[in-house]
Amino acid sequence: MTETQDVATRPTAEVRRPERQVVLNPPVDIYEDADGITLIADMPGVSKDRLNIEVDKHTLLIEGEAHLDMPEGIQALYADIRSTRYRRSFLLSPELEPNNIDASLKDGVLTLKIPKRAELRPRKIEVRVD
Amino acid sequence: MFNRITAFESSLFDEFKRLEQEMDDLFGRWPWPIGIRSAARGAFPPVNVGATSDEVDAYLFVPGIDPKTLDISIQQNVLSVSGERKLPRDEKANYYRQERFTGTFRRAVTLPEDVDPDRVEARCENGILHIKVQRREAAKPRQIEVK
Repeated sequence: MTETQDVATRPTAEVRRPERQVVLNPPVDIYEDADGITLIADMPGVSKDRLNIEVDKHTLLIEGEAHLDMPEGIQALYADIRSTRYRRSFLLSPELEPNNIDASLKDGVLTLKIPKRAELRPRKIEVRVD
Repeated sequence: MFNRITAFESSLFDEFKRLEQEMDDLFGRWPWPIGIRSAARGAFPPVNVGATSDEVDAYLFVPGIDPKTLDISIQQNVLSVSGERKLPRDEKANYYRQERFTGTFRRAVTLPEDVDPDRVEARCENGILHIKVQRREAAKPRQIEVK
């Protein structure tokens, strides 16, 4: 415990990159259908209480903190993933209704359904045959 | 709790990355031979391996995969995990991005030689598969008494 903290606060690391932390960009699938846009993000290790979704008029931000169950005194031998912090943001477009986003999280996969404003959903145009 | 994990992570992995980058800068590429079973960067699933004197812990990042469908095996000190991730695709939708991995995968990781393949535990939580392998007694550091 004390040892890991000492290493983390070593002055060289602080000087090199103050305030900056490695952030993981979660891979996403994004698709659109008549009802809206669906965004699916892989965020393994994130549980509901460590997930944060923020929306304003123009942007959608998803962030999360992964938890790994690590024993005391563990030392890394190999690492593909070098951070526990996920963050990615997206620009929304005006026809979307950011106040009605439906979010679900299962097995480290986040699914967001962003509906389109009802009046802007595509309508089928009937062709009248006279 | 968070702080501890974050501090741990950044200390270990940032440092590792920095070292690797410095090496890249110096020599143009990683100067040491790579593991014979190692995969190219970006391979699925990503793996982290750590060790204490008692155990070796492997973490595989397998979001959205039912752990029961995974084939996990250990032979001597080589841990293999294979499976398939099927992503249902909505044919009527317009896809803008498809960055998530789909298809079959297999990864093998060479663990330290003193692991005991008979004492393995695996559990999966929030899309992280954690495999814990105990090390043999002989490998643990022993206290040496001065007479």
